[in-house]
Amino acid sequence: MLSDAEFAIVAREVKTRSGAVLTREVAGPAEIRLQPLARREGFASVSELIAAARIRPDGRLWNGIADSLAQCETRFFRDRALYSRLRDDIIPAAIARRGHERIRIWSAACATGQEPYSIAMLLEEAREQGLNPAVEIIGTDFSDRLLEKARSGLYTQFEVQRGLPIRKLVAHFEKAGDLWRLTDRLRASVRFDNHNLLKHPDHLGQCDIILLCHVLTGFDMETRAQIVQRASELLHPEGCIVLGAGEIMPEGCDGLTFANGVIARTGAARRAA
Amino acid sequence: MKRCLIVDDSRVIRKVARRILEDMRFEVEEASDGLEALQACRRQMPNAILLDWTMPVMSGIDFVRHLRKEPGGDQPTVVFCTTENDVERIAEALKAGADEYMMKPFDGEILHSKFAEAGLI
Repeated sequence: MLSDAEFAIVAREVKTRSGAVLTREVAGPAEIRLQPLARREGFASVSELIAAARIRPDGRLWNGIADSLAQCETRFFRDRALYSRLRDDIIPAAIARRGHERIRIWSAACATGQEPYSIAMLLEEAREQGLNPAVEIIGTDFSDRLLEKARSGLYTQFEVQRGLPIRKLVAHFEKAGDLWRLTDRLRASVRFDNHNLLKHPDHLGQCDIILLCHVLTGFDMETRAQIVQRASELLHPEGCIVLGAGEIMPEGCDGLTFANGVIARTGAARRAA
Repeated sequence: MKRCLIVDDSRVIRKVARRILEDMRFEVEEASDGLEALQACRRQMPNAILLDWTMPVMSGIDFVRHLRKEPGGDQPTVVFCTTENDVERIAEALKAGADEYMMKPFDGEILHSKFAEAGLI
């Protein structure tokens, strides 16, 4: 277990780099998650890793520590009701608004990619039914380690059994040894990019739908509002930010309206009503 | 209360699955092979069947083929629970009439997720 002093400095540095708030209860799991990094960097213990990070000026070890502690709790089709809404209402409405133009969906803090790939599966199935939605899907995370796994499209048997109906597994995956690999077509349909939610997402361009599902809970209240506010600046005027089941818009978001799990610009929400 | 029939020749697996299913508020019955399961279904069709593939006397795949021809045999939701994890095997199970498919090893979260996918909870 990390000492109080070690935990305090790790929590401070992680918050600076990723915004994530570490609570004291995760000190034990945090040490376990840092052990592979300590080994790779040639340290005998996590304490040695932290001590070295404190004296090295380039911040590389701290970045590695923040990456190793990045939130990676995700699954395919998490919140089934939400995916039904996306398929039946939210995505079709965005497509109808855009006409023949391509719509853009951004899955923020997507970790190992299950969320953007779940969207890609929905769209693939729409194509099989004769529809041809023009959609660009972007998945971002600040952790290169998680993005590398997302890009690989390789998942364990445990991961593909959490939330993924068996018919979707058969339709969209193939066996790769002990793992399951998404089809090339599906992998190619999602673009992954490194993005830290503490920074402005300008480079991602305008988005029609932004998925911030189960992301905000890892941050303090002030940071939550900042993330939503920054994301909203990317929104198409009629676009929306989607939160996870049971989540609400943080206080302090200007010009935004929250209803039924979805955040929209106040004017757009009024027009829709 | 919904009823689930666990069909597996391993007593350990039946015990583990029973514990999880009872926590999910299912009334549980057990069978150790396909023939025993078929007889249980003829007495009373369960709402759900958690089904192993490889068993003595009658395999899971033969059981589900027989079950779907029985009067009322289209009613139970059949979820395979097996070490068979090839795509061809999964496709074969779905074609034979299975509704969902779970690969061993499994835990409570996976079982819960699969039963939710199958509309059982």
